[in-house]
Amino acid sequence: MPRLLIKNGWIVDPATGRDEVGDILVEGERIAAIGKGISARGGGDLAVLDATGLLVAPGLIDMHVHLREPGKEEEETIRSGAMAAVAGGITSVACFPNTDPAIDNEGEAAFVLLQGKKAGFANVFPVGAVTLGLKGEQLSEMAGLARAGAVAFSDADQPLESAEMFRRGLLYTRMLGKVLIAHNEDRSLRGSGVMNHGLISLRLGLPGIPNAAEDIMVARNITLARITDSALHLGQMSTEGAVALLRRAKEEGLKVTGEVTPHHIALTEEAVIGFDSCFKMIPPLRTEKDAAALVDGLRSGVIEVIASGHAPHAAEEKEVEFTNAPFGVIGMETLFPVAYTELVLRHHLPLSQVLAKMTVNPARILGLYPERGTLEPNRLADLAIFDIGTERAVDSSRFLSRSRNCPFDGHRVRGHTVHVVVGGRIVYRDGVPVETGEKR
Amino acid sequence: MNWTRKHLLGIEDLSAEEILYILETADGFKEVSTRSIKKVPALRGKVIVNLFFEPSTRTRISFELAGARLSADVINFTSTTSSTIKGESLVDTARNIEAMGVDILVVRHPCAGVPHQLARAVKASVVNAGDGTHEHPTQALLDMFTIKCLRGSLAGLKIALVGDISHSRVARSNIWGLQKLGAKVYAVGPPTMVPAALEKLGVTVSHNLDEIIPEVDVFNMLRIQMERQAQGLFPTIREYSRLFGLNRERLARAKPEVLVLHPGPVNRGVEVTPEVADGPRSVILNQVTNGLAVRMAVLYLISGGGASAATAH
Repeated sequence: MPRLLIKNGWIVDPATGRDEVGDILVEGERIAAIGKGISARGGGDLAVLDATGLLVAPGLIDMHVHLREPGKEEEETIRSGAMAAVAGGITSVACFPNTDPAIDNEGEAAFVLLQGKKAGFANVFPVGAVTLGLKGEQLSEMAGLARAGAVAFSDADQPLESAEMFRRGLLYTRMLGKVLIAHNEDRSLRGSGVMNHGLISLRLGLPGIPNAAEDIMVARNITLARITDSALHLGQMSTEGAVALLRRAKEEGLKVTGEVTPHHIALTEEAVIGFDSCFKMIPPLRTEKDAAALVDGLRSGVIEVIASGHAPHAAEEKEVEFTNAPFGVIGMETLFPVAYTELVLRHHLPLSQVLAKMTVNPARILGLYPERGTLEPNRLADLAIFDIGTERAVDSSRFLSRSRNCPFDGHRVRGHTVHVVVGGRIVYRDGVPVETGEKR
Repeated sequence: MNWTRKHLLGIEDLSAEEILYILETADGFKEVSTRSIKKVPALRGKVIVNLFFEPSTRTRISFELAGARLSADVINFTSTTSSTIKGESLVDTARNIEAMGVDILVVRHPCAGVPHQLARAVKASVVNAGDGTHEHPTQALLDMFTIKCLRGSLAGLKIALVGDISHSRVARSNIWGLQKLGAKVYAVGPPTMVPAALEKLGVTVSHNLDEIIPEVDVFNMLRIQMERQAQGLFPTIREYSRLFGLNRERLARAKPEVLVLHPGPVNRGVEVTPEVADGPRSVILNQVTNGLAVRMAVLYLISGGGASAATAH
């Protein structure tokens, strides 16, 4: 059995509260021992990673990722996405069903899992479509999707305009013991909007998307989660109002959770002033006030998850008029560095709290915990090792993603990935991906 | 002053001093149009491309004539289908045109920000001839020039922009320019097209034209796009013109020396009645004449004609 010893790292595991300098011994695909001064006795196959001066954390779980396979493989494949994930210290991704064709049946879900296994690198878990073709008209075979391995359900960037279809989706999600991830957007209020509705959109003459477009849908979706007693996860929250609604839902004891992306915390609508489509996404970058409310939401625990919202687009699609450019930015390779730099260094949130929102919390929501999302003996050895001491500028030209629509190019951040282990195998070493997938 | 800008992308970034410098330069060029040989050699050997991705008659002809009077070679490219529809990116299009040795790109485009994106991508100078609902700087300059020619100064004047402010690039450029030159700006129209947030730009918002008529020095009646009614932004043309149209009765309550501007083309009977459009207070044709001088000034200045020591901005 192959063994791996990670030596002398600063181990932070939010799930167990572990916070110490120590070693981790991995045997096969599982953690065998964790603590101070572990020595690997006996001979044989032993690899050693020296983690002196580095942060050792559970591998990150990114529960909001768009890979473009099948359909737009020039923008991202499951393989390139899985590779980009480990470059960001992410060992598991939940990939959304807005592919072509959509992941709305057992076969497509099985295909995603198969491609993920072939690729190696990160674990790739499909999110199944709530409705066929994400059209909002007819439920997909959700039980089949769950059987094939879907970890959650969502209609991706489609808001499920019919409240009744959303309610039915919640009922089925509950029957299957899963969570429904909602895209909270009232399409009539969004209209032709391409950025936040406010003073900047007024100045730029760009149609705006008001906060109300999100707030109204969050309120509707929480109401439906209440009457169905089901688990609802609010995808990519961007407004102060949405945070307040989530807080009240939690106080009421509803099974509602929420997520934010690093870009909605670190950037504001001001970024759009140069008409650069790398700052165009849904929901749009909002105001300082909204960003502050999101940070408060993370600090108080109202918002439990940080996810990348990784949405690759080809350069030629983004190099057009701002109005005509597609929505979405990539984010897996900047997820941890931006979250760490913004939340821990700038806003002084505890590292363990920030890590929890990218490890144990999404693992619980997706039903992956306790096998994943924590560092304990007998659990799967998915872990990420970061250098939080060195500041570096983000350089998207070096990304492993196939796309370059990154809003953080040039930002100086700390928290670059050094080594990554998935299922006991080193998949990323000294900043370089390591092939472990099936021979192709 | 020394003119240092390479592009004219909008009025928002200009200083009052720069605006006044353009207007002074325009004043000098105005005289050229009165000569029997209406041409100066200022831009001889330069190439200007008018890149129009949106239908336009007067702005395109005005730029074309302005370039010709400065002795530049002027090429017109008009397409109502964006090049992106043909599968070519915006930046590709501009680089291809630039590869032919172009000095100035005059760009009109239905999407906000396109001139700014092009200015980053090419080495040529870029003049914004109207980008989406963002800015239309030469229109605002000619509006200011027209008022200044007749009133001497804009300082202290009360100027009402009437109509669809939300979707008007003319309004945006005017708001920046007029305020920089010391005028007080009113934005008048229904709340669906005149958002309260305009107050944050220093503008006084009004939904009642009759209330403000007696105090206004200049009306700039913006063109109503008929498709806005189809989008449900106002109920009917009839009601719009009843509430916000300028007619003889309303004009009778205005100051005697009031000026009526319209960026054109006029929807007669909607924004203004024919007797107002053609009446003694209308300066709509002066605007067109002045537009030529202003565009000559802009093309001349961004080509480095403003000062011998001019450097690229």
